[in-house]
Amino acid sequence: MIHTEIAIVGGGPAGLAAAIKAARLGAGVVLIDRNDYLGGQLIKQTHRFFGSKQQRASERGIDIARELSDEVMANEKIVVMAEATVLGYYEDGVLAVEQQGKITTIKPQRLIVATGGAEKSLLFPNNDLPGVYGAGAVQTLVNVFGVKPGNRVLMVGAGNIGVIVSYQLLQAGVEVAGIIEAGPKIGAYWVHAAKVVRAGVPIFTRHTIKCAHGEREVTGATIVQLDDNWQQIPGTERLIDADVICLSVGLTPLTEILWQAGCKMTFVPELGGNVPLRSEGLETSVPGIYVAGDVAGIEEASAAMMEGALAGLNSASSLGYTGPDLNEDRANVLEQLEALRSGHVGEKIRKGLAQAAL
Amino acid sequence: MLPLNGIPTPEDIAAVMPTEERLSKGPVAITECFQNIPCDPCYHSCKRGAIKAFTDINERPQIDFDKCNGCGSCMSRCPGLAIFVVDATYSDSEALVKIPYEFLPLPRVNQIVTAVNRAGEELGNAKVVKVQNTKAQDKTALVWLAVPKNLMMESRHFLVKEVR
Repeated sequence: MIHTEIAIVGGGPAGLAAAIKAARLGAGVVLIDRNDYLGGQLIKQTHRFFGSKQQRASERGIDIARELSDEVMANEKIVVMAEATVLGYYEDGVLAVEQQGKITTIKPQRLIVATGGAEKSLLFPNNDLPGVYGAGAVQTLVNVFGVKPGNRVLMVGAGNIGVIVSYQLLQAGVEVAGIIEAGPKIGAYWVHAAKVVRAGVPIFTRHTIKCAHGEREVTGATIVQLDDNWQQIPGTERLIDADVICLSVGLTPLTEILWQAGCKMTFVPELGGNVPLRSEGLETSVPGIYVAGDVAGIEEASAAMMEGALAGLNSASSLGYTGPDLNEDRANVLEQLEALRSGHVGEKIRKGLAQAAL
Repeated sequence: MLPLNGIPTPEDIAAVMPTEERLSKGPVAITECFQNIPCDPCYHSCKRGAIKAFTDINERPQIDFDKCNGCGSCMSRCPGLAIFVVDATYSDSEALVKIPYEFLPLPRVNQIVTAVNRAGEELGNAKVVKVQNTKAQDKTALVWLAVPKNLMMESRHFLVKEVR
């Protein structure tokens, strides 16, 4: 059994930021990630991030991943367990971890769950045909492995991910037939939308996919317009030729460990599904278990990094670690989180978080 | 309309345009940023202090057109690729439009490309005058296009004619 002061599950933006902050205060950290690299989804984000200077705005996600993981790897206080999957959390506070076929148990004094989110899917006839992908898979193929998923893509969903992945497909030389969005408005930042539209990709709001076509693989899709009550308008069907249908219809928090640990959970649609109740300091209803990033509610990576920083500071300080700048640092992170969520685009998040407060 | 189809309206554009008088004095940046989102790198990028300080990170950029000299250093810092520089004084018949560009291959100087508008519609030929792609720009190149003057407020992207 490995004993550690803080275990962090998930090496994405939240987990990395948490590890760095906790270790800087002096805490010993074990950081566990199932991939053979750190950075989580950041490594696929080739676009520049929004946010403020302190949140590394204007840097590309892939570069942020590199910087954060270099810092983590160089820190002697942090032990990184890569290619390691947390299988369960037991009543006595023990994590079971599978790494290369071997099971290890870890008993941490504090646990930070930063497992991120999982993609949602969409129900339509033939959605099991090869060629129907989640946006995350398309982004992995294109930006990590340099493989084209196909030649002509229909993107379903005009949130930030759908629009950004469309842009990255264009950069990879893949044609994007269009982006459809069932809602009345484009959910992505409008500057992202404007960028793909001027590059020749039309966005159709109030449209959904009626069915996919193809015998052995996707050859196209029928799309249809929706009325204000989300009902299909007969006669508005249109056939789109495509060999890829890419689904970008939202994420949901990956909360299994929290359920197992008995954290109080609540269903908040604005945050993507079931989320843990948490204090302002990101501690759940189970003392010593903290959350950060998408597992606590689907948001942008900049917010995940700030939440990770907060959970890292708070978990370490609860163990008695402190530093001359601790209070200032904590206040600064809280202030930045508030600023990120303060505007019109943060309205949904604010509404969601109000329902998840402990 | 931007929230419906990703295309800003003429009213949106008019609200961020410099005056004719300012345009007649030389290059100037135009921020086609129409939504209050948490983002402020443009402010930090301007060494001339031409972008007004943000009191709230969700504010939209406001350019002091008298201080802006159209250098374009804000263009490659904008995550939305939403800043353009227009120089109406480039020649008698043509204007210069600087466009942020993140596609490969980059066009060559003197290459003729097809200018497109905000809706992705082709406008006609444009000539590449310069391609800036320094390390500081971090892979967001700035392509300077010479376009007929009447298209300087329409040309916001371009298509490279060869297929890759």
